[in-house]
Amino acid sequence: MTIEIFLQHLLNGLTLGSLYALIAIGYTMVYGILRLINFAHSEIFMLGAYFVFWGVTLFHLPWPLALVAAVAAVALVGVLVDRVAYRPLRDAPRISALISAIGVSFFLQNVAIVLFKAIPREVYRPEWLENPMIMGGVRVLPLTLFVPVLSLLLMLGLMYIVYHTKPGLGMRAISKDIETSALMGVPVNSIIALTFGLGSALAAASGIMWALRYPQLQPIMGVIPGFKAFIAAVFGGIGSIPGAVIGGLVLGFLEILIVAFFPDLAGYRDAFAFVLLIVVLLVKPTGLLGARPEEKV
Amino acid sequence: MLKVTDLHVSYGGIHALQGISLEAPAGKIVTLIGANGAGKSSTLRAIAGLIKSKTGSITYEGEELTTLDPAAIVRRGIALSPEGRRIFPHLSVRENLLLGAYSRRDSAGIARDMEWVFDLFPRLRERSEQKGGTLSGGEQQMLAVARALMSRPQVLMLDEPSLGLAPLLVKDVFSIIERINAEGRTVLLVEQNAFAALKIAHYAYVLETGRITLHGTGEELLADQRVIQAYLGG
Ligand SMILES: Nc1ncnc2c1ncn2[C@@H]1O[C@H](COP(=O)(O)OP(=O)(O)O)[C@@H](O)[C@H]1O
Ligand SMILES: [Mg+2]
Repeated sequence: MTIEIFLQHLLNGLTLGSLYALIAIGYTMVYGILRLINFAHSEIFMLGAYFVFWGVTLFHLPWPLALVAAVAAVALVGVLVDRVAYRPLRDAPRISALISAIGVSFFLQNVAIVLFKAIPREVYRPEWLENPMIMGGVRVLPLTLFVPVLSLLLMLGLMYIVYHTKPGLGMRAISKDIETSALMGVPVNSIIALTFGLGSALAAASGIMWALRYPQLQPIMGVIPGFKAFIAAVFGGIGSIPGAVIGGLVLGFLEILIVAFFPDLAGYRDAFAFVLLIVVLLVKPTGLLGARPEEKV
Repeated sequence: MLKVTDLHVSYGGIHALQGISLEAPAGKIVTLIGANGAGKSSTLRAIAGLIKSKTGSITYEGEELTTLDPAAIVRRGIALSPEGRRIFPHLSVRENLLLGAYSRRDSAGIARDMEWVFDLFPRLRERSEQKGGTLSGGEQQMLAVARALMSRPQVLMLDEPSLGLAPLLVKDVFSIIERINAEGRTVLLVEQNAFAALKIAHYAYVLETGRITLHGTGEELLADQRVIQAYLGG
């Protein structure tokens, strides 16, 4: 393997890892606050990709505008899912919300089948993303740079909100103690809605970029990336945002590098993630950066 | 004036408050004493909007509070420093204090009050960038009181602020409560340490299994035989 090809693989790993990380952040934020695995998150990812498709083909928006509009629309869907399917169950046993999440996941998949039809669709890709450039002897598609760079910017933006703004302080507070946060005057339901909005926006961005790299849309396209991102979140320590980022990147690199070095195993690439999950659960269930699991009172 | 009238609270089958009525006039220290499980915390939590009462009314300056959520009650000027401190261990002392001010928008006023609570509790200033979880028990209690003050409450409710503190610190806590009151704030104080609470209180209520059985000025209750026997170890 030449150094150029190796660098290529690294770049691919970074790309895939960033996409997992963006999804994983949404899982981990919602889990951190509600102790809920939001199964509908993979469908949120899928909707991002389809909404851009709609924006371009149906509304004839220029691609960058379609991207922004899709991210915003999906954020709203995420907020709506919380409002309709989870908020009424806030005081119910946790398993009820979990079942509701599975229900929303199937619901959105089926809505997608009805709206977008089950046939896989080709994705529009702006040309400038596809003209290869040569950088330091390595042939690079702008697309492979576009994805990690945009992902990085989005993650930095999210970190800024969470760690340096007042609503972010509210989020970090309610992830530890909802009742005391309410006593402090934190509007708990609005902050939870914001959490769903932000997590959904990142997942939508990931879905959109995913569709650029693997340019085919299907209503079930979110399922496998969603599962893997969830595993990444568990690996990083569910509830921890930096953990989700690291978990996503590690999983992305592993997947690409294992396939690169052991091409015979390529057929098992989806299985690696699950092996990783099992190992994490056996060896360190709290993940890399996770806190000890605390029962909510 | 904060006024509670015929308040009932139940947890499932447990009828924890069975018709509580009390008043906290503006600018006074009012204390609520009683054995463990009497319903002291439930009373404060109901006023703060954390638990909804079945019947009865809670009014502040004539406005009904029972229909409001906790954030709205904080905005009305009533803050609770809850039992067990409940500080945020993963946030810095400063962030804990900023959370106390979450309902406010006047950043200049918030900065001023931050200085004010740092003057009240110099230890917190020294530790302002440390995580709340690294503080000692006494410091955490200070933080819990300071945090409640950051909303600039007219009525400060304190649930067992001296619990688990060394005697010297207990004295500090009570003198700070008097200082806060001297600035014109109403204090509604729940205490196990009945003697110290009655000594600083203008008015006091004794709670027994969800009912108020006695009330009077702090001095009256300090001299009351029943109080002496039951709560003052006489
Ligand atoms: N969350 C709860 N669920 C069930 N019972 C409770 C709960 N909180 C308090 N109680 C009960 O209500 C009664 C009053 O409790 P509380 O208000 O905490 O008393 P105090 O603060 O005076 O010790 C007790 O019998 C207690 O067991
Ligand atoms: Mg109590």
